[in-house]
Amino acid sequence: MKTTDTPPAPAADRVPVSTVTVPGGKKEKSSEGSVLNVFSHGVLIIWAILVVLPLLWAVMASFKTDDSILSTPWSLPDKLHFENWSRAWSQAHMSDYFFNTIVVVGGSLIGTLLLGSMAAYVLARFDFPGNRFLYFLFIGGMSFPIILALVPLFFVMNNMGLLNTVHGLILVYIAYSLPFTVFFLTSFFRTLPTSVAEAAMLDGASHTRTFFQVMLPMAKPGLISVGIFNFLGQWNQYMLPTVLNTEPDHRVLSQGLVELATSQGYKGDWSGLFAGLVMAMLPVLAAYIIFQRQVVAGLTAGAVK
Amino acid sequence: MQHGKYRFIVGFLAAPLALYAVFVIWPFIQSIYYSFTDWTGLSPDFKMVGFDNYTRMLKDDIFWKSLQHSVLLVLLLPLVTLGLALFFAFMLNVGGRRRKNATVAGVRGSGFYKIAYFFPQVLSIVIVALLFQFAFNPSDGMLNSTLKGIGLGSIQPDWLGDPSLALICVMSVLIWSTVGFFVVLFSAGMASIPKDFYEAALLDGANRITTFFRITLPLLWDTVQSGWVYMGILALGVEAFTAVQVMTVGPGGPDYSTTVLPLYVYQTAFRDGQAGYATTIGVGLLIVTMAFAAIVMRLGRRERLEF
Repeated sequence: MKTTDTPPAPAADRVPVSTVTVPGGKKEKSSEGSVLNVFSHGVLIIWAILVVLPLLWAVMASFKTDDSILSTPWSLPDKLHFENWSRAWSQAHMSDYFFNTIVVVGGSLIGTLLLGSMAAYVLARFDFPGNRFLYFLFIGGMSFPIILALVPLFFVMNNMGLLNTVHGLILVYIAYSLPFTVFFLTSFFRTLPTSVAEAAMLDGASHTRTFFQVMLPMAKPGLISVGIFNFLGQWNQYMLPTVLNTEPDHRVLSQGLVELATSQGYKGDWSGLFAGLVMAMLPVLAAYIIFQRQVVAGLTAGAVK
Repeated sequence: MQHGKYRFIVGFLAAPLALYAVFVIWPFIQSIYYSFTDWTGLSPDFKMVGFDNYTRMLKDDIFWKSLQHSVLLVLLLPLVTLGLALFFAFMLNVGGRRRKNATVAGVRGSGFYKIAYFFPQVLSIVIVALLFQFAFNPSDGMLNSTLKGIGLGSIQPDWLGDPSLALICVMSVLIWSTVGFFVVLFSAGMASIPKDFYEAALLDGANRITTFFRITLPLLWDTVQSGWVYMGILALGVEAFTAVQVMTVGPGGPDYSTTVLPLYVYQTAFRDGQAGYATTIGVGLLIVTMAFAAIVMRLGRRERLEF
């Protein structure tokens, strides 16, 4: 290909493309940039509106009266009806759902990180017969359909007296979070230098002490990523509690919202429902905006590895 | 160094492994076994029935409907989601007006777009499904009242109440909530592609569509492939179950038009009291999942050999 004009460095608006094979290409190419620019902005803005608008709409609806939600769905609220929020918080038991979710997710997140990092550390750093087998046993759990195990699990839990209990649910959350956690942390521990652990051992630290005082602090970035991933997964969990936790007093947030939708639907209390939805939505969105970088890193890390 | 090594290994693995074995592995093994029994789940008595459940499943119309919908989800969801995400990510990273000393440039405000697009990913699928259930409400939902508002009052679809539209509604919600994740994922991948590649291609007279298919996509293929697997598991698993269970009438209706395999397993076991048969359908789901993963890996490998 003959190039008639190749400027050494691309100039501001001039595109370094003009070949014999494309006569008159120069003009087309320089306008291509701005046409494409307008087009891409257009498409991107439309999708941004499609994503943000329903969420903003829900926030708006949570401050309106039922009447105006139904008759003029796009109008702004006449005044901020905070009573929707207090109704959802106390009468519709949103406070209980929040409390249950915090207990369950708090317990299972700590358990997942502790047990997951213990297993991953041993699998990543120690050579013993069956190491590979155990590793693949753990990560195999990522691709199996959970619902298949849930049918017998329901009865296993029932026999152990763990059905409809908070601690039972925590144990199940931990067990089903282990595959990804072990997978992620094993590859993370492999990237850490061995010399520090060896130095600690030479100084007389036991394996256990080396792990807790040397390796875990070094693995902090990995723990944060996988912690965010598990936190969102467990906070938003719906299938496991729906099957294993049907006791109304122990409902978690996602179950509570479905319950709220069913009961408010009958009552026609739409504003209460949206207040509940927004209430559940805001903490996660706020946390996401504050810790945006870490959340994105935590959630995408798994897919890239 | 060897002192106490095995005691340490056993000590550290015991608790996680025990938990994993009792709550994950053991139920999986049991479910295969139960799929050959007539266990109801209500009483402890059951007997082996051989392949009866499997022959029954092959004659079960609802099973075939669920399978059909699940396969449709597995084919369409990744295609549409990843396609849209690639398109948006390419626009974000390469679609901008050219600036000084840059052959390719992202659009202005790409950081804002990425933050906004990612919103649905952090929300529970339950919240998303409930929100859209109201939006799709035929009498006073967001969509139909908007149609009325812009003078299209004659077009008032039933959305989730219409058997031919309901599954599309469910799919659009799943797409809505997952595209942003992949936009961010692919953007990170695209940003790591060296700019020289684009420069060289543009010097050779390639336009942006060619650059996308010849440079961006091949170099991003590994990420796209793992995204494909991720999306497929989502379409066969928890997310599809949740969206259908929360949004649709029945759930799974109207007239079984939205039922999917995980939902049918759940209903058979916990609503109809046929735990044995439910695990048989679950095994069917397992086979579909493994077939899907195998196909994607196979296609991916062939594609990679070309470069």
